[in-house]
Amino acid sequence: MNAEILFEFVINVLSMGSLYALISLGLVFVFGICQLVNYAYGEYITVSGYVLYFLGVFTNLPWPVVFLLGILAGVAIGFFSELVAFRPFRERSLDALLVTSFAVSIILQRLFQLGISPRSKAVPVPAFFNLNIQLFGVITPLRNLLIIGTTIVLLTVLVLIMKYTTLGIAMRGASENFVTARLMGVPANLMISAAFIISGLLAGVVAIFWSARTGSVEPMMGGTPLLIGFIAVVIGGMHSLPGSVLGGYVYAFISNVLSLTLPSSLLSFRDAFMFAIVIAFLVLKPEGLLRGNYQEERVG
Amino acid sequence: MNLSKELSTRQESARHAAAKDYTEYFSFSRKSSTVVILIAILVVIGYFIWWLNIPFIEDIFTAGTITLIMALGFQLFMGNSGVLNWSYVGYVGIGAFASAIFSMTPSFKAMQIPTMYPFLVNLHLPFPVALVAGAMVAMIVAALVAWPLMRLSDAVGAITQFALLIVINVLLSQWSQITNGPRTFTLGGTRLTSLWVALGVAVLVIIIVYYFKESSLGLKLRATRDDRYAARSSGINFVAVRYYAYVVSAFIGGLAGGLYSHYILSITAASFYMGELFMILSMLVIGGSMSVSGAFFGTLFVTLMRQFLRQAENFLTRSGFEASGSTEIVVAVLMIIFLVWQADGITGGEELTWEKIKRRLPNGKKSREKVSKNVKQEEKA
Repeated sequence: MNAEILFEFVINVLSMGSLYALISLGLVFVFGICQLVNYAYGEYITVSGYVLYFLGVFTNLPWPVVFLLGILAGVAIGFFSELVAFRPFRERSLDALLVTSFAVSIILQRLFQLGISPRSKAVPVPAFFNLNIQLFGVITPLRNLLIIGTTIVLLTVLVLIMKYTTLGIAMRGASENFVTARLMGVPANLMISAAFIISGLLAGVVAIFWSARTGSVEPMMGGTPLLIGFIAVVIGGMHSLPGSVLGGYVYAFISNVLSLTLPSSLLSFRDAFMFAIVIAFLVLKPEGLLRGNYQEERVG
Repeated sequence: MNLSKELSTRQESARHAAAKDYTEYFSFSRKSSTVVILIAILVVIGYFIWWLNIPFIEDIFTAGTITLIMALGFQLFMGNSGVLNWSYVGYVGIGAFASAIFSMTPSFKAMQIPTMYPFLVNLHLPFPVALVAGAMVAMIVAALVAWPLMRLSDAVGAITQFALLIVINVLLSQWSQITNGPRTFTLGGTRLTSLWVALGVAVLVIIIVYYFKESSLGLKLRATRDDRYAARSSGINFVAVRYYAYVVSAFIGGLAGGLYSHYILSITAASFYMGELFMILSMLVIGGSMSVSGAFFGTLFVTLMRQFLRQAENFLTRSGFEASGSTEIVVAVLMIIFLVWQADGITGGEELTWEKIKRRLPNGKKSREKVSKNVKQEEKA
């Protein structure tokens, strides 16, 4: 009995953590290269979600194609939003970039409200996603195991790319020191585009599993994953890719523990507790759990 | 560069003038034409609208004046320190709820919010006192949490402030013993924030914000904005300077919140979140965040534009198009355009002064040429 509860807890943490790890990884890829905290990242997920919705409802395409097109939509919005909105600000202050990403996020949200509907739409999910399977006496939907598997595959591929390809090595160089990397002949535009494309790709994958879990898409759906990504990134370390993955799992762990241990009268304050932890981390340990190439940024 | 030079001379003179340390916080420069011009514009418009006596336009003006107070308080910290202060709207919310709780009658509170703490139910203050008390609550909250946060800048600082905004929002929307939880909080009674109340507070706040900027505390803060390390090495205690500004800014935000809740008469925690933040942020960006005039004209411009767009939106919706929300898109696009081509906003980050107006007048042409010549010569040198 007790072992079962423990096992269920572990599966929950691992499956939620995998999703959160992908979310925060998407944020950190962009942050690492151009120091931008991308508020519009949540809307990349929304775009992919809507593409999944339209393809699933109005076409008879097989699921793999639908998923592929959904991910491609994430890649496209990542690439084009950088091209249109962020590229002109490259030389400007970080605050201008931040404000712009905030504005882009608002624009996309309103466009969905205007062009599609302010209300949420049900997304069709392939039947095998919700298939309940029994594992060591615990019943869990198959999608929970799928997200764990997907994350392992994606992370392996990304690690291989970052470690062994020229592009990966250049990107790691650029995130360590952008100026020096440029002096070594690394093209800046390519690096930033690549970061946004990977970020969009991750957003597309996240959209599949996020909309499968909630069962619907709506204009504001990007808000929650964005906040989760923030927390995970801050806990794990903003300057380290492995750190952000770790942060995703730690977030899932803390959030599950809080759900189990908080008295029901305080449960509605869970987000407040989570963000209080974030603030504490930023003040006491701004480099996060894994240090990465953290440089002193605070003052006083 | 100029700032630190001015700062050092002023510190010198302050040291000579008095032995006591605090005097340097209260030495003002004598440039006060900006305040006079801004107040004159506001009062003239306000008087004209009061004289017109059309309730619809009066409402727009009152709401706009409250927003102006919000934008000014936002400018006080963000414009002078350069730190993006997302949490500001949270303090507006705290002020709004606190002053509403202070001013409502106990019987109405007991009926409206049965879950409220008993000691809050019995609290009852007259409106002006409640307004200030609400702002004090916001200020005290800021004073309690802000000190460690002021050390952070750039991306870390922005995320911290963002996280703080979310914490405040969750507290406001879930603490049903104080704020009626996620449900609407209705004040009851009559609208206490009239046109003249809002106008009076706005005049006061313009004076406070402008002289804060011109005080040596404000000057130090601006020096930290322009070059953090140079400011630090000339002996400015960053954290302290930022801290005082943040607390004053929270007070003004709380004041604006109190006026807002007594104007709109029913509030929810959601009214003090991203949407509101985006609105005042757009005003500051379009007007120019570095100057008080920027906040003033940004508010004026965006308020007028929003009203115009809202009317157009309503018209389109009535004639069959779905257009709700397009106002925000236009404002956001305009904000990006300003950030690309005119990052310092309409005012260019400078104050509107009497000299500048005189230069613009037809017979002031000569002096303008003279100035530009002088500038060119300086550049050559």
